[in-house]
Amino acid sequence: MSILLIAEHDGRTLGEASRRAASAARQLGEGYDVLVIGGPGCVGVADAAAGLDGAVQVLLCEDDAYADDLAEPVAERIATLVRDGGYDGVVAAGTSTGKDVMPRVAGLLDVAMVSDAVAVENGRTFIRPIYAGNALARVRCEDVVRVVTVRTSAFDSVAEADTAAPCERLSAGDHPPLSRFVDESLSAGDGPDLANARVVISGGRGLGGAEAFDMLRELAAELGAAVGASRAAVDAGYIANDCQVGQTGKIVAPELYLAVGISGAIQHLAGMKDSRVIAAINRDEEAPIFQVADYALVGDLFEAVPQLLDALRTRQ
Amino acid sequence: MKVLVTAKRVVDHNVRVRVRPDGSGVDTASVKMSMNPFDEIAVEAAVRLREAGQADEVVVVSIGEKAVTDVIRTALALGADRGIHVDTDAELQPPAVSRALAELAVRETPDLILMGKQAIDDDSNQTAQMLAGRLGWGQGTFACGIEPADGEVIVAREVDGGTRRVALRLPAVVTADLRLNEPRYVKLPDIMKAKRKPLEAMSLADLGVAGDAGLTLLGVSEPPGREPGVRVADAAELAARLRDEAQVI
Repeated sequence: MSILLIAEHDGRTLGEASRRAASAARQLGEGYDVLVIGGPGCVGVADAAAGLDGAVQVLLCEDDAYADDLAEPVAERIATLVRDGGYDGVVAAGTSTGKDVMPRVAGLLDVAMVSDAVAVENGRTFIRPIYAGNALARVRCEDVVRVVTVRTSAFDSVAEADTAAPCERLSAGDHPPLSRFVDESLSAGDGPDLANARVVISGGRGLGGAEAFDMLRELAAELGAAVGASRAAVDAGYIANDCQVGQTGKIVAPELYLAVGISGAIQHLAGMKDSRVIAAINRDEEAPIFQVADYALVGDLFEAVPQLLDALRTRQ
Repeated sequence: MKVLVTAKRVVDHNVRVRVRPDGSGVDTASVKMSMNPFDEIAVEAAVRLREAGQADEVVVVSIGEKAVTDVIRTALALGADRGIHVDTDAELQPPAVSRALAELAVRETPDLILMGKQAIDDDSNQTAQMLAGRLGWGQGTFACGIEPADGEVIVAREVDGGTRRVALRLPAVVTADLRLNEPRYVKLPDIMKAKRKPLEAMSLADLGVAGDAGLTLLGVSEPPGREPGVRVADAAELAARLRDEAQVI
């Protein structure tokens, strides 16, 4: 059995998500190859991928066609590689890129796919959440080629290998122009990435406006935390879309999740209930968030958050 | 431009699902069923394209047992022009659904296929991408904006870290994310009008598609619950407990 791990990267660095997906890849077979596919200049990513524990070899495929993460050429190149290389497993992190590309790969290979695996029971059996995480399905993959995305918050990162895996270059495919990149607007993220942060502080509609998020950002800076939000806060325009935690936003499982002014709709809980410790501040003691909280503070967040900040500063 | 839009009948998003005691699945008998919310957004997007004069026909398709005609009628009431019901009692997975839709796309020759980005029952988020791959068409997933242009459609996509715009050559497949639009409320006269709109039925076998065998569901279980928490008196106690007891800060 041979497994192919698709590296998640931004053209310069290997994403933490890939180190976690590599854990899942190791559980699918003996070792795995890593495909680094992107525009010219991805050598640094390939070098980092070569250091993933369990990597047998790195395959580097650089071409302008792959520079913009367009699903059509990338999926086609992956599908061709899987056929030619005789791989029987393809694994990627369930990031927005993985979610875009991997089902297309499965479609091209005419096989089923396992989305968002949270556990690998054996090489063919997986656990995955359904109904916004309100149930867990155990599924067995019957197709020869297993195509899997993994929920990275459920897997630890692999260690650094003692020796680097060898790297081989692959040629680009010939792709019809189905799509082209126009532009992008990415939020300038200061502080840790939401999906991988050790501490996440999220705000909800209870914050009442964009200004109140500055208060959470101050607290986040103190704790080295990332700032998230409920859908209600995003829809109200308090904070950018990509900060949304929930069924259809980011799924996080940090050491500490602090929910501020969040009532705790099922869709939000789906995105954070696997956090190790959950603390919540809310005025309404009946708020559903308190059903999953390890520490519940019932009170006015506009008093509690500054007090919490004071308490953190004075104890240090 | 002709738009084909897909709609799945799922357990209503307000229903708290229960796992069957025998672990064979979740209890869907006698719970409220509705159109998948993301599909509703896709239908709304299609109808707006027609209202803006950018599309001239909106065809809605749903696959499943007879009851799925409910969601087709809802889509027709939202403003779709006609419906197609692909009849099957089998519980299909994304590969078979995408095969059926690919065959339907060959017959209907739409310029754009609009779908919800995922169904809120199995949360797979696969069918549209599989379909686009099978057809060899471009795909714009997680759309928060759709602008038809000359022979193309510009799709703003929600991605990790922000928004990215891509231009897709038509025909193409686009999936709707939450913030693409807010679907309108259906008014009673629209429901009456929808009853007179054409709804064609065909079987899955008519499309030459069989069921799936790619994934076997071995069982469904409740996720592990959390221990009950404690109520703290104030922020100082919260800070102290997070530091000394939980040791997370």
